Amino acid sequence: KLLQTFVKIQISSSTLAYFKTKPVVKQERHSITLSTSKMAGADGDDSLYPIAVLIDELRNEDVQLRLNSIKKLSTIALALGVERTRTELLPFLTDTIYDEDEVLLALAEQLGNFTMLVGGPEYVHCLLPPLESLATVEETVVRDKAVESLRKISQEHSPVDLEVHFEPLVKRLASGDWFTSRTSACGLFSVCYPRVSSTVKAEIRQHFRTLCSDDTPMVRRAAASKLGEFAKVLELDYVKSDIISLFTALASDEQDSVRLLAVEACVSIATLLPQEDLETLVMPTLRQAAEDKSWRVRYMVADKFSELQKAVGPEITKNDLVPAFQNLLKDCEAEVRAAAANKVKEFCENLPEDSREQIIMTHILPCVKELVSDTNQHVKSALASVIMGLSTILGKDNTVEHLLPLFLAQLKDECPEVRLNIISNLDCVNEVIGIRQLSQSLLPAIVELAEDAKWRVRLAIIEYMPLLAGQLGVEFFDEKLNTLCMAWLIDHVYAIREAATCNLMKLVEKFGAEWAQNTIVPKVLGMANDPNYLHRMTTLFCINALSEACGQDITTKQMLPVVLKMSNDQVANVRFNVAKSLQKIGPVLDSNALQSEVKPVLEKLATDTDMDVKYFAQEAITPLALCCGSFSPSARTLVIQLSTKMRLKWWNDGQLAVV
Amino acid sequence: MGEDTNDDVPTPPPHQHPHRGFLPDHNYVTEADIISTVEFNHTGELLATGDKGGRVVIFQREPEGKTEPFSQGEYNVYSTFQSHEPEFDYLKSLEIEEKINKIRWLPQQNAAHFLLSTNDKTIKLWKVSERDKRPEGYNLKDEEGRIKDISTVTSLQVPVLMPMDLMVEVSPRRVFANAHTYHVNSISVNSDCETYLSADDLRINLWHLGITDRSFNIVDIKPANMEDLTEVITAAEFHPFHCNLFVYSSSKGTLRLCDMREQALCDKHSKLFEEPEDPSARSFFSEIISSVSDVKFSHSGRYLLTRDYLTAKVWDLNMENKPLETYQVHDYLRSKLCSLYENDCIFDKFECAWNGSDSVIMTGAYNNFFRMFDRNTKRDVTLEASRESSKPRAVLKPRRVCAAGSKRRKDDISVDSLDFSKKILHTAWHPAENIIAIAATNNLYIFQDKLNSEMH
Repeated sequence: KLLQTFVKIQISSSTLAYFKTKPVVKQERHSITLSTSKMAGADGDDSLYPIAVLIDELRNEDVQLRLNSIKKLSTIALALGVERTRTELLPFLTDTIYDEDEVLLALAEQLGNFTMLVGGPEYVHCLLPPLESLATVEETVVRDKAVESLRKISQEHSPVDLEVHFEPLVKRLASGDWFTSRTSACGLFSVCYPRVSSTVKAEIRQHFRTLCSDDTPMVRRAAASKLGEFAKVLELDYVKSDIISLFTALASDEQDSVRLLAVEACVSIATLLPQEDLETLVMPTLRQAAEDKSWRVRYMVADKFSELQKAVGPEITKNDLVPAFQNLLKDCEAEVRAAAANKVKEFCENLPEDSREQIIMTHILPCVKELVSDTNQHVKSALASVIMGLSTILGKDNTVEHLLPLFLAQLKDECPEVRLNIISNLDCVNEVIGIRQLSQSLLPAIVELAEDAKWRVRLAIIEYMPLLAGQLGVEFFDEKLNTLCMAWLIDHVYAIREAATCNLMKLVEKFGAEWAQNTIVPKVLGMANDPNYLHRMTTLFCINALSEACGQDITTKQMLPVVLKMSNDQVANVRFNVAKSLQKIGPVLDSNALQSEVKPVLEKLATDTDMDVKYFAQEAITPLALCCGSFSPSARTLVIQLSTKMRLKWWNDGQLAVV
Repeated sequence: MGEDTNDDVPTPPPHQHPHRGFLPDHNYVTEADIISTVEFNHTGELLATGDKGGRVVIFQREPEGKTEPFSQGEYNVYSTFQSHEPEFDYLKSLEIEEKINKIRWLPQQNAAHFLLSTNDKTIKLWKVSERDKRPEGYNLKDEEGRIKDISTVTSLQVPVLMPMDLMVEVSPRRVFANAHTYHVNSISVNSDCETYLSADDLRINLWHLGITDRSFNIVDIKPANMEDLTEVITAAEFHPFHCNLFVYSSSKGTLRLCDMREQALCDKHSKLFEEPEDPSARSFFSEIISSVSDVKFSHSGRYLLTRDYLTAKVWDLNMENKPLETYQVHDYLRSKLCSLYENDCIFDKFECAWNGSDSVIMTGAYNNFFRMFDRNTKRDVTLEASRESSKPRAVLKPRRVCAAGSKRRKDDISVDSLDFSKKILHTAWHPAENIIAIAATNNLYIFQDKLNSEMH
């Protein structure tokens, strides 16, 4: 029957629709920019004016102005006085929830510090209406901030006010029509519970129970995330009777997103319960979560494993968590394995000392061995970032026998991130067995990373060079790694060349000026004659970086002549970098060299045909105080000060011209 | 189109040529006015349409019990706004159309309504809210904006909120951009109310509604070499209440059900719904007409409704090897596939819809016809959405197309006289009542069950 009884009730074409709609005409932005001079001349109360502007701007079209006004809400309230703040300002703010999120966020934050401005704790409940309406907006950050402020001012309520004003608000929110208000209520139970009478307490528990079985997943999520916090303020008997059943229900919710939050609650509930109750009250749920059908829940268990381990204590850890952890390390979902792999070190560290080594060797290590050859590179690199930490726990002999082969395997891994993670944690192994054990395998791994096709990988290994150099010692470095460091200087990617110069500086800081003079300075200076101007510029960049670490002697005797010679370079970029270099190394040089060698070169560059060279030469002359000829020392200071504020041009006849 | 084609340039509402609004005529239809999606919200109180001009129009159902007879249940324009603008991707030298491909409403969370709208690339979250109060009272000027003489300002005034005419405001809340290389064909909000998926030709991404700078790729069927490409994703949807299940359809006529609990990447499906091909019926067009153009979960979550070029099919989630029911939408076109291929009609993507109780399905056809199938009685009907044929409140007359060669009865329309430019691609059914919305080019038709409307 149904099919044939459709009747036409209306037709509307889209063009018609547009015509019928009333356009929302945006009010022209009106600016309140009365000139202050005009105000000063007027007879009105001058002190009112700034406040009047602030109040008017509370409803300005420009969000930024409204925001500024809201941020100065305390000034407005102070000017209005407590009485008018309560009766006029707060009612207005209560209805301002139409505003932009950022304004509402600022408002929610301000109201948390408003107690004194409404007349002290006696009147603090006046702040509840605006915060209540802010606690129902759809934007989570605003709601959370409103809840935070509500929690703050709840402490300023007297016990009587808490029951008369605050608790009814919590109830209203908890039974609100929209889920937004109900989610906000979840965060407020724990702050009022400890301070109210036992009948009200019973009501609060009832409300919380209702929200835990709310229709919408959003509310159940909010309740699940506050479960632990609420459990903490509850009497132990109620934790056992109420919270455990709610916890069990949430942990078997149909929505994955609710179940995974129950795992977090598990940690705080487990810490509250006496050891003997854990087995019956918490463990069944935890076991179930660790084997949940959804990988996201298992991921959460893996992610919170160390906290869980601490909360349930050593006995349960030995009996339950060790097998659970093994399963997580073998999980079919890579995300879960990676999360578990990240926890390997922490988990092993926190194992009870008496059986730690035995558990690691028989239960954990076999799984770890498998993970070393995992199919997923994220799992491998997560493992690589913590695996070195096991060596301190297992001691020298076990490390050499069991862990070393794993380190070596990971150093040869196809994924650069895995190798990098191993290399970046070398210090842990160094303490236990010394790095020599590894150096044979380390070198090929480093060389390969140093020549990786991806420049980001090369960049990452460069950053570990100073660390490696420190651990491997100067001999090994000179022998094996020095060439690499020099090769990076002529990399075709600028970022690598830049990082390489920085690396050289750190190496010199570590090994000293003498080492620099013998090994790297000659090579760097040799590049000054390279046919490629980019390499010639690298020489300059290196000199910039090294001059301070190398000291005056090397800089003046070896580097300066090269720099000065390069001032005749045919490429303008090189020439103006000479000027910049001279400016940079100037402070390191002695004043003699500065006057007799640097000054003429800079003056020559200042008359260069290229305008950039000219500019940088002039830039260099002033701070080096090379223009001091006709000025007294105080004038020189003046010039230096001026030059930082504006560009000065120095003319030969000693005049200052401001450009 | 004629002289008015210049109007393709999107003009912000209100329309520049309002007179044409009163005289709708297909000659005057501009491309931008063609409705490209229709969607009821979860209560059915609101109905949103999107068009090729990137505009969204929201209709609101009039409250019942007005004095005017027959006014109950009418949908009137509630708000219109420009959701997407045409853009140009300079890196790829591609124009990005403003056409709204899909609209999805979020479950209501407070007094405001939220919807997601998407064009080929960018998904936007909109807030539709009402305002009936406005602040009054300035210190330094009067309500008209004239600046007061400062000497008269002797005390501070706090603005007060005064009632005003109801104003509907639409504001953009989030923009989810830069996640799709290909054209977005579907968006679907998860039952957990915090995530949604968006599907393009080759990938499906999972988003958090609050996070715009990150999305997770959950399905990727892009082959390493694009020359090996054999199928594309045509539609995707979440299960109505199992947050972990979603389904996607492909151009090869298959449906894949994925369980997000099993793995982070859902490249491996849990169930594959596919009907074995009948080798005797195989032709050049077999593959094209078997492409699934739309897939919808039933409200019960038990069944899947799919639409391909000639049929609509209902699948049981528990039976993968063949559809539970197959309905012929316009089988008389089977002999005309060749000419439909030539005029590109064969690539039209018809959508389909369930009624509130999952007992009837509806889908569109050509010549402004749409079809309904009663799953219990196995009866079907062809109805026409047209301006000319009937007066308001008139009962729609069933139409019949007579296939070539068969005997023609009075009022039958011959296959050859069907107008293929008038196609009904987008339809929507009120979630609880028998009210349907039909988009026919630039017209939106709303029909209501007669019993239902007379009851009031």
